[in-house]
Amino acid sequence: MAEERTLPKFDYSTVKISKEESLIYYEDMVLGRLFEDKCAEMYYRGRMFGFVHLYNGQEAVSSGIVKSLRPDQDYVCSTYRDHVHALSSGVPAKEVMAELFGKVTGCSKGRGGSMHMFSEPHKLLGGYAFVAEGIPVATGTAYQSMYRKKALGEDFDQVTVCFFGDGASNNGQFFECLNMAALWKLPILYVVENNKWAIGMAHERATSQPEIYKKASVFNMEGYEVDGMDLLAVRDVAQKAIARARAGEGPTLIEALTYRFRGHSLADPDELRDPTEKEFWNARDPIKKFATYLTEHNIVSQSELDTIDKKVQQDIEEAVEFAEASPEPDKSELYRYIFAED
Amino acid sequence: MAETLMFNALRQAIDEEMAKDDKVFVLGEDVGQYGGSYKVTKGLYEKYGEFRVLDTPIAENSFTGMAVGAAMSGLRPIIEGMNMGFLLLAFNQIANNAGMMRYTSGGNYKIPTVIRGPGGVGRQLGAEHSQRLEAYFQAVPGLKIVACSTAYNAKGLLKSAIRDDNPVLFFEHVLLYNHKENLPDYEYTLPLNKAEIVRQGKDVTILTYSRMRHHCTQALKQIEKDGYDPEIIDLISLKPLDMETIGESIRKTHRVIIVEECMKTGGIGAELTASIKYQLFDELDGPVVRLSSQDIPTPYNGTLERLTIVQPEQIVEAVSKIMNNQI
Ligand SMILES: Cc1ncc(C[n+]2csc(CCOP(=O)(O)OP(=O)(O)O)c2C)c(N)n1
Ligand SMILES: [Mg+2]
Repeated sequence: MAEERTLPKFDYSTVKISKEESLIYYEDMVLGRLFEDKCAEMYYRGRMFGFVHLYNGQEAVSSGIVKSLRPDQDYVCSTYRDHVHALSSGVPAKEVMAELFGKVTGCSKGRGGSMHMFSEPHKLLGGYAFVAEGIPVATGTAYQSMYRKKALGEDFDQVTVCFFGDGASNNGQFFECLNMAALWKLPILYVVENNKWAIGMAHERATSQPEIYKKASVFNMEGYEVDGMDLLAVRDVAQKAIARARAGEGPTLIEALTYRFRGHSLADPDELRDPTEKEFWNARDPIKKFATYLTEHNIVSQSELDTIDKKVQQDIEEAVEFAEASPEPDKSELYRYIFAED
Repeated sequence: MAETLMFNALRQAIDEEMAKDDKVFVLGEDVGQYGGSYKVTKGLYEKYGEFRVLDTPIAENSFTGMAVGAAMSGLRPIIEGMNMGFLLLAFNQIANNAGMMRYTSGGNYKIPTVIRGPGGVGRQLGAEHSQRLEAYFQAVPGLKIVACSTAYNAKGLLKSAIRDDNPVLFFEHVLLYNHKENLPDYEYTLPLNKAEIVRQGKDVTILTYSRMRHHCTQALKQIEKDGYDPEIIDLISLKPLDMETIGESIRKTHRVIIVEECMKTGGIGAELTASIKYQLFDELDGPVVRLSSQDIPTPYNGTLERLTIVQPEQIVEAVSKIMNNQI
């Protein structure tokens, strides 16, 4: 096991967060966590199929970034580990669950599955199953935003966020797109969720420069590392990068140091990762950390948080009921959605 | 009526559509300041500016993926493959993203994109620059595949492709850019899914596309001299195949020769043959004849290259054989 990287220090004295806002972030993280726990349960009960990649442990990244965007206006692009990015983007839990069940009420009408959550109304560009292939697509929506502003002269300050993993950051599409985004000052945040592993490939065995955020510098781009287990730190770096993007100041590379609490997918026995490594990161549970901050600073009481936990659990139960009760796609519609006209 | 070269016809199509719809933009290598490797976008950069005629780095998979993202979010990109063969680097973006995403997303997104550029076997360009990607891409669901062959159809088809809400792979041919024709002064478009009857006849149906259409018309004089009356059909749409037009012809001639530039194995003709045999088996007087390129990387050597692709003499010979029941 390689020595843990020193997590960057965050200056809490600068934090300004209202109670209302805190609850939005907190609820989103809890939703992400409990939703994924439910997925594991449903997967083992044979309700969902295929490769299912859970997000446990990384919630502060999705919530801290996506909940700092303008809902239904800014684009979010994900990978195969996409359930929680979809939830943070505002796709209702029942639509995500129904998609996992392969039902027609799912956000991709049962055609996509776990790795292909899409929702145009929520500006979710999709879950992409091939490593790194979402990066160019997200770069394209960012180009579109810049085009609206500069070629069409519209008053338009939409931003795109593109999530991907440490493994993806060794793929050529990452470098190609960083170059273009910096070159054309595109309004985009590239968010690397460095969870230290690409399935069984330890990050430091796959890259010559493990500090991914430094790779921005060669493209004349801003790059930051952030403690991905700290919602407030993520939110802070996100807000700054989003503001820069909206102001036309260009892209930002954000490396969030995080960890997945479960195996790569539900099919992964997770035998490679060292128990001491897991303990190190488990002790940094982002939900507990944020809850502690909120109660210690008397922003929210524990009982208010408990109420949220219960409500979210209830929402998830309803999502499962909805998914169970939903119909399968109609066989007569097998050929639907191949072309734009249908 | 104005005599127009094919590359200019293509440019007119792009220019007219860009003027009409400010969501249409072109991207690719050297499409802007340089005017395109075959001059299809010449002058458009000056007219529409750097954002609407975007010079990209040499990063095929990424700029193709970018175009998909731009299309998903409301723009209508035209990707130029400097040579269509380079888009092998973008196979993933074309297949997984452009082709299949509408379906995978359950109809959430449409991807109005044209992917166009020079394809086919040129003059001694070597194997890598002599690709026939239509064969590789035909299996991808959600893609429309079109091959233009004259200045007239190039313009009308490209305009339709740009207006289509689906990803369209649009093949031009390196050796046809200087094809010259009088084009109408009025605006016109052509349907993407309709084959073109190049010559009506009753003896044998010759199915062809792209440059091979011209090999067929070159062979025509001799075929006529030999006393035969072939019907020549330019497929135009390589996917889906216009089986209606094809069927009508075969019900008349009962004989089929396919003349294609792609390789025989897994080519357009292979799919066409299967469809004809399945749908029109009882109409056939004999086997469907396939004249295709050899199953080899296109050799650089001029003589070998000539041997690799179908020549007009072979078409003459095939017609004579099929008419004399020698096939
Ligand atoms: C093009 C491609 N190659 C390989 C795979 C198989 N694969 C799936 S996930 C993965 C690891 C990716 O790791 P990372 O980018 O760090 O993301 P994480 O899974 O840690 O979120 C690999 C190799 C794939 N899906 N796509
Ligand atoms: Mg990883």
